[in-house]
Amino acid sequence: MQIFPRSSNAIARASLVLVVLAVAGLGWVVLELERTPYITNAGVRKAQPVPFSHEHHVTGLGIDCRYCHTSVETSSFAGIPPTKTCINCHQQIWTNAAYLEPVRESYRTGRSLEWTRVNQLPDFVYFNHSIHINKGVGCNTCHGPIDHMPLTYQYASLQMEFCLDCHRNTEKYLRPRDQVFNMRYEPPVDDPLGKNAVVFGGKTYNNQIALGTALHEAYNVRSVKDITSCNTCHR
Amino acid sequence: MSIDEHKTKPAAAKAAAQPDVCPTKRKQLDLATVREQIEDTTGPEYWRSLEELAGSDEFQEMLHREFPKGASEWLDDFSRRGFLKTMGASLALAGLTGCTRMPNTEIVPYVRQPENVIPGKPKFYATAHTLGGYASPVLVESHLFRPTKIEGNPQHPASLGGTDIYAQASILDLYDPDRAQDITYLGDVRSWNAFIDAISGPLMAEKSMAGGGVRILTQTVSSPTLAAQIRDYLAANPQAKWHVYEPINRDNVVEGAKLAFGEPVETRYDLSKADVIVSLDADFLYAGFPGSTRYTRDFAARRNPDADMNRLYVIESTPSSTGMKADHRLPMKASDIQSFAGALAAFGRVDPQAARPTDEVGRLLLAVGKDLQSHKGSSVVIVGDHQPPVVHALAHSVNQALGNVGKTVFYTDPVDANPVNRADSLKALVDDMHAGKVDVLLILSGNPAYDAPAELEFASLLKSPAVATKVYLGSHRNETAELCQWHVPEAHYLESWSDGRAYDGTATIIQPLIEPLYNGKSAHEIIAVFAGDSGATGHDLVQAYWQKQHTGADFDTFWRKSLHDGWIADTASKPKTVALKTSSVPAPQSATASGIELNFRRDPSIYDGRFSNNGWLQELPKPLTKLTWDNPIMIGPAMAERLKLNFKDVAELEFNGKKVKGAVWIQAGHPDNSITVFLGYGRTRAGRVGSGAGFDVYPMCTSQAPWFADGAKLTATGETYNLASTQGYQTMETPNGSERPQVQERSLEEYKKEPNFAKEGEPPKDLTLYKPEIFDYAKETYSWGMAIDLNSCVGCNNCILACQSENNIAVVGKEQTLRGRHMHWIRVDAYYNGPRDNPKGFFQPVPCMQCENAPCELVCPVQATVHSSEGLNDMIYNRCVGTRYCSNNCPYKVRRFNFLLFQDWETPQFKLMRNPDVTIRSRGVMEKCTYCVQRISEARIDTERADSTIKDGDLQTACQQSCPANAIVFGNLNDPSSQVNKWKAQARNYSLLGELNTRPRTTYLAEVRNPNPELAT
Amino acid sequence: MATNTQIPVADRRAPVIEPGHTFSTITEKISNIVLKRPVSLGWILGFLIVFGMLNMLAGVLGYLFIKGVGIWGINIPVGWGFAIINFVWWIGIGHAGTLISAILALLRQSWRNSINRFAEAMTLFAVMCAGTFPLAHMGRPWLFYWMFPYPNTMRYWPNFRSPLVWDVFAVSTYFTISLVFWFVGLIPDLATMRDRAENPFVQRIYGLLAMGWRNSARHWHRYETAYLLLAGLATPLVLSVHTVVSFDFAVGIVPGWHTTIFPPYFVAGAIYSGFAMVLCLAIPIRSIYGLKDFITERHLEISAKVMLATGLIVAYGYGMEAFMGWYSGNQFDSFLMWNRFNGNYAFSYRALLTCNILIPQILWLKKFRVSPGWLWLISFVVLVGMWLERFIIIVVSLSRDFLTSSWGMYYPTKWDWATFIGTIGLFLTGMWLFLRLLPPISIFEMRTLLPEAEVHEAAEVEQ
Repeated sequence: MQIFPRSSNAIARASLVLVVLAVAGLGWVVLELERTPYITNAGVRKAQPVPFSHEHHVTGLGIDCRYCHTSVETSSFAGIPPTKTCINCHQQIWTNAAYLEPVRESYRTGRSLEWTRVNQLPDFVYFNHSIHINKGVGCNTCHGPIDHMPLTYQYASLQMEFCLDCHRNTEKYLRPRDQVFNMRYEPPVDDPLGKNAVVFGGKTYNNQIALGTALHEAYNVRSVKDITSCNTCHR
Repeated sequence: MSIDEHKTKPAAAKAAAQPDVCPTKRKQLDLATVREQIEDTTGPEYWRSLEELAGSDEFQEMLHREFPKGASEWLDDFSRRGFLKTMGASLALAGLTGCTRMPNTEIVPYVRQPENVIPGKPKFYATAHTLGGYASPVLVESHLFRPTKIEGNPQHPASLGGTDIYAQASILDLYDPDRAQDITYLGDVRSWNAFIDAISGPLMAEKSMAGGGVRILTQTVSSPTLAAQIRDYLAANPQAKWHVYEPINRDNVVEGAKLAFGEPVETRYDLSKADVIVSLDADFLYAGFPGSTRYTRDFAARRNPDADMNRLYVIESTPSSTGMKADHRLPMKASDIQSFAGALAAFGRVDPQAARPTDEVGRLLLAVGKDLQSHKGSSVVIVGDHQPPVVHALAHSVNQALGNVGKTVFYTDPVDANPVNRADSLKALVDDMHAGKVDVLLILSGNPAYDAPAELEFASLLKSPAVATKVYLGSHRNETAELCQWHVPEAHYLESWSDGRAYDGTATIIQPLIEPLYNGKSAHEIIAVFAGDSGATGHDLVQAYWQKQHTGADFDTFWRKSLHDGWIADTASKPKTVALKTSSVPAPQSATASGIELNFRRDPSIYDGRFSNNGWLQELPKPLTKLTWDNPIMIGPAMAERLKLNFKDVAELEFNGKKVKGAVWIQAGHPDNSITVFLGYGRTRAGRVGSGAGFDVYPMCTSQAPWFADGAKLTATGETYNLASTQGYQTMETPNGSERPQVQERSLEEYKKEPNFAKEGEPPKDLTLYKPEIFDYAKETYSWGMAIDLNSCVGCNNCILACQSENNIAVVGKEQTLRGRHMHWIRVDAYYNGPRDNPKGFFQPVPCMQCENAPCELVCPVQATVHSSEGLNDMIYNRCVGTRYCSNNCPYKVRRFNFLLFQDWETPQFKLMRNPDVTIRSRGVMEKCTYCVQRISEARIDTERADSTIKDGDLQTACQQSCPANAIVFGNLNDPSSQVNKWKAQARNYSLLGELNTRPRTTYLAEVRNPNPELAT
Repeated sequence: MATNTQIPVADRRAPVIEPGHTFSTITEKISNIVLKRPVSLGWILGFLIVFGMLNMLAGVLGYLFIKGVGIWGINIPVGWGFAIINFVWWIGIGHAGTLISAILALLRQSWRNSINRFAEAMTLFAVMCAGTFPLAHMGRPWLFYWMFPYPNTMRYWPNFRSPLVWDVFAVSTYFTISLVFWFVGLIPDLATMRDRAENPFVQRIYGLLAMGWRNSARHWHRYETAYLLLAGLATPLVLSVHTVVSFDFAVGIVPGWHTTIFPPYFVAGAIYSGFAMVLCLAIPIRSIYGLKDFITERHLEISAKVMLATGLIVAYGYGMEAFMGWYSGNQFDSFLMWNRFNGNYAFSYRALLTCNILIPQILWLKKFRVSPGWLWLISFVVLVGMWLERFIIIVVSLSRDFLTSSWGMYYPTKWDWATFIGTIGLFLTGMWLFLRLLPPISIFEMRTLLPEAEVHEAAEVEQ
């Protein structure tokens, strides 16, 4: 006697294939998911007490990074400007702009502004701004087009693979020290006409890899096996 | 104290004890109300209310309702510490969002950033930690004005970079959440002004009668400012009196000096010039002995077998770390030492053989005598504080006779501003109190209600209405605070201005690094109030005083320099010549003590009990026993055998009518017929950490016999009690009789004959089946290594605490220590070899060996421990999944595992205390010594920014930095001129378990003793 | 010809199936255990008990994950305790099943047919029990997946040099193969059950699992091939899995771990304990479910012999350890042996020698080999002994390693015991359900043991 219709054979066979696909698919989804902004916060514009625009201050007014982020060259922490720094200018201009009230209030009351962190690393990662700056890693290499951010957001995923990409091939990203704070810096592209050619140490470089390698030497950046040792970032 | 009192009571029981303490008995609790209640209450109430709250059924019920996960915690036995963890954990759970994404956090910048503050860069300030009146100079690391780490002051003669354990641990006291947080009157919170108003009334009244009813009870005061303040007050109120008491005092030393010279001179030693050192019961290499830090440095410097090595004889009652370092050690009942000293003094005049029978003692005496005679001017006899005055007097005479004075021994004016006899001083106060002469009693810190001599019954007297107004200045709401109407929280030394003198008299300005956390006040401010100058701040007072002292014009530069350097130039007390009144030194009466002798000693970790709420010190393994969290009844092996007592047995100690029960500890090398008990335990109001630990022996301790007395009785009770010792096995001989030469040791002669003795059994470097290392270390700029000189190490435990402080190491509590789960990254193993009644002792600090062939790395399934290019064995906590395979495979067992949530993530104070450069490890991960990799990284980055490299000596690990003996050297093996290379090049250099071919980067310099050839048997 | 040789041989020894059975009686007898036999009170009571134990396991693991492995007695130096002991013990037990079904199948040991089914089931449940421990013993179990090589955002691989990673592969492979092997072996019987079941729901369930088995010659042909292949796959696993497990220790440098003899003697030990467990199960089952005809004295005796043999190999292992302890002249190894005999855990080593070497020698006497009562007792003793062996390897070695200063003792807590007993609950719950829901003995393979089958075979041969 038959308890199953003939068709069930087909279903049975199909199910074999489907199970495999389902498992593989699930794995794929998980792997993708952990790289999405949902997890990494990359590209997420967070609410801030004051709608501070890097675009306006950097591109518009051409203020240097270091005017506000004072300790970026000397300390692990780039430094967030004290209210005083804002007031320096804003007691002359936009003195009664409504959206600057929090700043003025902070200055009056002496109570600090509470910004929401944008670029955030886990507590077990020890990143040091000063050494990166010193070795020729540009601000926008990690922070992206900060000079075109009306509201600041995190540019990179800041996951380990992001850091390792550079730590494993420094030559791909290094630039001359004097270009570190230059937001418009373009790395050299292989181009016969010498587009974006970079002159360093009397030599002209049309190729980032060549330049990077030279800089790695010149700035005696530690070897790849050194800067990929775990204790470089984890203590 | 009976042992059961230790047992932690279940929450329910607590609640039952206080029926209607929970303010919200009726209404149903939720987290909000809990927080309200906690916010409303402050100071001591804060913790109490938390506790009572936790006791209440509503709370339990609420907890289960709000987060069943946390609920299971409450099934456990309930310890105060455990409670707060749970409490915190649960409250934290409330705020926690379930998801795995990184939560938003704030950045809160300054409004006006102070000048020369660079966020992320620590700054160092010089100040001093004071203990027993003696200031030990320190540098304090400060991260954005949060003191985080204590280090020695390299420029200061009393430190030379070294510290002592009490200074190291004082940082934890600063953040102790149990510190008194408010001025209280009979337990109710009052304001500072309210106190001033309240006190001014009585003071006015007193003023009219020249302060006749005012008594000031202080601890030893070496602060010139405070002394001057009090003296001024006394001048203004001639009838008022200043009493000084401290249980661990130097009465005997002072009396001895008076006996010998007629004046209370301070004795100072220069061990760098001493070829022969004789210690009569003096533990001069351990924290608490004035100048121990400097003495250790000088002593250790003379232990180099390749230079001219000194020789140390120790005749001692209670085994001490000094005794363990001795070339010849003789255990002797404290009461017998007197006659030994006598014989030593008579040596040359009287034939020692006549003085003593030709037994072990006689032979040693003869040898010591001769040795001293042949080292006139380059020898020294040091006597312990607890030996009676006559012994001190005798020692003075010996040192005089040997012409050591002015060479190795110096006499100066006392550092103590008021060197009166403590016992008498307190007795006088008590008499006045009985006589009703005292109206206003001001107690400036200390804890007399707990530690005053038993016969004075100070506590009950303080309780009685004998004194109308009682003011107590103290950091904790302790036994004494409970009995005084007024309790003013005392500011920590890192919170307040003061000054003090080091053992050599050098004055140091004590400058604060942080505003008082709990609006505490300093002694200066209280005295100022008494003097009617209530506005004065500590800063003003101290500065004013030194303004007076300073003769030169530019006070400002002088002041700034003094603050910067950490001491005031040329304030060291000048050596003075004093004549020995030979007549007055009495002939010692030979020992009559026939019965069993009872010795009272300060605890090696918690001193007189003042540190009992300090978790670091409680869990610090005591140098010889490696005990934590308890004080034992210590006896020798022979006595234990006679009394059929064994480890874990609880015995009852009976002494002039008082009885106390405690667990027995059989200490190798302890003299027979002698018992040692340690002061400072059995506190009832120490705080959550210290209360209830151990048993209190102060009730037995009288002013007639403060240190030792005859006629104690010890009887077994049949009960047992677990003592938590961190070391499994204290000899290098295994039960099947084979030696494990973990500490390599030879005598000086043997060493001269065979310098390479330690290297036996070490395989050649190239003996390995693996292909040469993945990393070619020689090519690197740096490859880090460490060497530890076992000859210098005196087992002072500094390294352990320095490491704990630098690396945010958790305290785990007694229960976990019993299970062998303590977290110290560096431990100091103590071994005893030879006859149990007088063995040789050894100390061996063991950090991670940073093996080049690291067994741990091979077996970790997730590569959470791997090698760095500079030869470090990195441990990556955030990669660790906690299989503990690495620890199993580590032959040195230096890895530590977070079996439970050991770190306190909740207590806000501790968040301020931690080193921001070191990851805080949570539950389930392995951790271990990293060679202070955070310091390496910082140094490397700083130098690289300047396009240079780290110079030898610029970079020190925490343990190395704090080591008073310079026993640890760390540095770059690729720098041929580095100190560490010089050490590793020595013949004595060997690696622990070298035969395993793990190629440890940490190696040891073998120990060499310098025994007297005459005593060679 | 095979038949001619075979029959007299069969005469001499006890038969693997009692005479008087036909195809139908076998089918009846076995399938009825599942389909007809009413659920007895005893079964229910037993199930309540073992299921209770299983729930306890759930509770314990829950608490474990909340509080951390600190609830166990482990410490420094003894970083591994009951968890790893039980892991190795359970894995070992599993081996008998695979050995019986795979290796003996390849060796055409017909007697295996009546015990391979539940032996394989036993393997599955044992491996499940074993599997819980490596996970549970981790400090941060929620990160277990870091043990697997997968493309991750950390660009970081597991450490392929670590035996624990080998374990992950060995055990998971082992479980998968065993499962498939067992299921394939079930298919024809599932079909039989499908056909014999009256209840339409039950029919559908078995029908689904039978995957449309129609007893056609093609089915049988494919079946035989698949079964043979799987047997071939499973065979090396019997040796490899416990070899890999033994590497967890042999690779370590701890005295008492670091020995080359471990792989063979672990495998032998595994089979030793495995057969002990088979007997511990078979003896009650055959009497309760009246299967004495199918699981005969012959089976008991053969199993007993296997135990005796493997037991002797294990004994040799112990002997070698002791010998090397002395012969190596290495002070750590010599102390190790001293410590095993006289140290704080001496009792365990003495017990071990009694359980694993002394007592099993009784099996030299046929009288005991064929007496179910005695056999059950001895098997149980061996199970205890094999557990002790792992206790000694792990705890005793770790508690006394290189530096005397770091010696320490290990005392299991109530949570250690609860976890262990919990897994026993898991194991027994599995067996309990298995006995009621699936034919505990392979029906069709039993049929082949009948003389009829042989004649039929012979006929085939002649063609």
